Formats: sequence, C-alpha cells, structure tokens
Amino acid sequence: MVGSTANLSGMPLWLLAELTYRCPLQCPYCSNPLEIASYKNELGTDDWLKVLREARKLGAMQLGLSGGEPLVRKDLELIVKEGADLGYYSNLITSGVGMDEERVVALKEAGLDHIQISFQASDKELNDFLGGTSSFQHKLDMARAVKANNYPMVLNIVIHRQNIDHIEDILKMTVELKADYVELASTQYYGWSALNVDSLLPSREQLERAESIAHAYQDQHRNKMKILYVVPDYYETRPKACMNGWGSVFLTIAPDGRALPCHAAASIPDIEFPNVKDRSINYIWNDSDAFNKFRGFGWMKDPCRTCPEKEKDFGGCRCQAFKLTGDATNADPVCSKSPHHQQLSDKVARLQDVHQLQGAPIVFRNMSNSKLLSDNSD
Amino acid sequence: MSEDRIPEINSFFRLQWEEAQNSFVLLYPEGMVKLSQSAGEILKRINGKSSVQDIISDLQSAFPDVDLTSDVITFINQATENGWLNR
Repeated sequence: MVGSTANLSGMPLWLLAELTYRCPLQCPYCSNPLEIASYKNELGTDDWLKVLREARKLGAMQLGLSGGEPLVRKDLELIVKEGADLGYYSNLITSGVGMDEERVVALKEAGLDHIQISFQASDKELNDFLGGTSSFQHKLDMARAVKANNYPMVLNIVIHRQNIDHIEDILKMTVELKADYVELASTQYYGWSALNVDSLLPSREQLERAESIAHAYQDQHRNKMKILYVVPDYYETRPKACMNGWGSVFLTIAPDGRALPCHAAASIPDIEFPNVKDRSINYIWNDSDAFNKFRGFGWMKDPCRTCPEKEKDFGGCRCQAFKLTGDATNADPVCSKSPHHQQLSDKVARLQDVHQLQGAPIVFRNMSNSKLLSDNSD
Repeated sequence: MSEDRIPEINSFFRLQWEEAQNSFVLLYPEGMVKLSQSAGEILKRINGKSSVQDIISDLQSAFPDVDLTSDVITFINQATENGWLNR
C-alpha cells in the first residue's frame, strides 16, 4: 500500500454522515459531487446506526449530520438519538428548510447538541436567488427557534463574489440573531463550486475589504460571538492542512455508504472507496487501500517529499491537486513551491475583473442539471 | 477573583470522560479540546454549586501532598478567558 504505516493512523475523531444528497436548495457553490442524481441507494436507518456504533468504538467523538439537507431524512431523530446514547457530540448542519419549531424541540429531546444554519446572504432577494428557493424568512424564524431552545447556534455563510460585498450586513444579521459562532467560509472549489468558479471567486480588492470588516467585528464582539473567517486558499502561498492529513481524523460516509477520507474524495478517480454495506468501519479506517493511499508521507513526490513544512500542511489537498494538475500525488498548487502554482496564479489573475465577469452564467445545483452534466460527459 | 465565586461551565461546552483518550474532553460545536489530567480534575468539580474554595478543598483532600490553591485559581481564570466558564 502506498504511503501507509499503521502506526501513523490516529482515530477517526470526526464522523461526517452525509445522510442524503437530496436538498431543497440549489446553491451554486455546493461542494457536493456533480453526480448527485446518480446516488440512488441511500443507506437505511439500520445501516446508519451501525456506522455510528462502529465509529464510536474506534474513538469518534464529533458527529456531523449533513448532506444535502439532512432534514429530508424522516429518520433523523432516530439517528440523533442513537448518537446521543453513544456519547457523540452531534452537529446538525442544515439550511433550515424542512425544519419547524416542533422538530427543533423533538431533536433537542432526542439529544442533538448543536445546530448550524446556513444563510446565503443577509437579504431576501440575494439569499433566495442563490438558494434557488424562497427560504430567507423561514431561516430567520428557525434561527430564532434554535436560540429559543437553548442550542449553541452556529451560522454559516459561504462567501463568494456574489455576496462578499454584503459582508457587513451579513455580520449585522448574525449579531441580531445572537449567533454564538459565525463561520464566514470562503467558497472552496470542489464539485458544483468548481464548475462555477468564474462567477464565485472574489477579486483581491473585494477580499481585502471584506477581511478588514470581518476583523473589526471580531474585535468588537470578541466576548459574545466568535467569528471565523476562512480566506479562499487560491490567494494563499501555502496550502491548507486539508482534513489534517488524509485518513488522519476525518471519516465521511456518503449517502450510498461509500466511506471517504473527505467529502470531496470521490472526485479522485482510480481509488476504490469501500462501502459500509460490505466492510466494517474498523477495516475501512485501518486496513483499506483507499484510507492508506495518502496517509502519512511515503506517497509524496518533490517538492513535498523533502519539504520542511510537510508535517504542517501534509502537502495540502489531494482533491485540489488532482483537480488542478490531473495527479493527486502532486503538491497542492496553492503552494508557491508547486510547479503548477503559476498556472493557478494566472487563473486567479484572469478572474480579477469583477465587472467583466458579472454576466458569467451560474449553474445551480439540482438534480436536472446533474443529469444534464452526466449525460454530456458520457 | 474571589474564592467565593461559584464557577459554571458555559453551556456551549460539554465536559465528558473519553475512554479512548484516557482523559476528559471538552466538546463544542465542531470541535474538541483534550484536557490535561489536572484540568480534568478541576473541571469535573465545577458543577454550578461549589465555590472556588470548595473546589480547592476537595482537590486538596484528593491530592494532599501539594498546595494547589494558586494552580486552581490560575486555571479557573484561564478557563474563563477561554470561554469555557461563564464570566
């Protein structure tokens, strides 16, 4: 097995359960795979309960319930209850659509620890345009219901060219809603967002302005609300320590049961990802070729192999390396030491003229576009 | 800080013993902190009823060999600064 040493593998502290790819929203920055329409066989309730039990036994503590929109699953409360009984800290990552006050209460009773609600923007028009559905008022109502029921509340706003200039209004909204924690997550370019990068990547000027506003809010609200601002890595010169290293702490289970070291990993071809229907989590995590493929440092080529920073960033993101260079064993081109870095810089430079690009077509994430895209690729 | 203060864990955090880590951990939205043994010993005694003085006395009877007063006070101040305890 490439690069594998069993003693380098830690515990899968983070279990991300992508319960479904069905979603009432159509956000063009979604990091789900383009092939969402071809995922037909979602895991059943018992499969999920088994996954939860087995991962907990291996040391998993954090449980993310995500998707798609996890509220689409009618058995969500059952899954939450099992998670609570097993001692997980459970996080519901939701658009708020499909929620009502009764369900907020029922999930609390089932033992849910925390709810993260996404907003697309701070006004109805832009929020509903980006989500492809009229959801803004409902999201506000649900955020208030979450607070009224004493959950810690995280508000997540994915930031990109279309909403970055509204960052001050977005932050005002999060203060008003009494969020405990705000994630301003710059779009990362995987799946649907990669398709839409021309419409989504902010200019350097936009970015600098947004950053200074975010920092002012961070200082001002230090004791009440934590604000995390993740800048887009395309503007960096060192890569992110993606997933803290492949097969290091993260375990994602896709809706059909495929186990992935991160939610975008299925975009790398020629890796056979094991399925929880066929294999135990113990085998998947410790012994499968897929999870050992980029574990540790043995798989690396130069410049990563001899880089003094390899233990800090693990060579960056494997999916991004594949997406931008065609080879997942290359250094993440975000790194200025990568021979592909210049190409990325050139691409970013081309996307600086915001006005010229304003009319770029946006492909919304929905099942019919997914079918169209896969028909075209056949 | 007065030793009469009754510290309370911020409801944003959950303290839990983790067998696999052989330690106490603080769990919070999308994150966790693994606690040192002494941090765990102090935090598990914070129950919203005991004062800092009570906690010190209780720890002192469990660990009689060293004077823990200043360590406990330093930790509680730091934990408050970290947001783990209510201000």
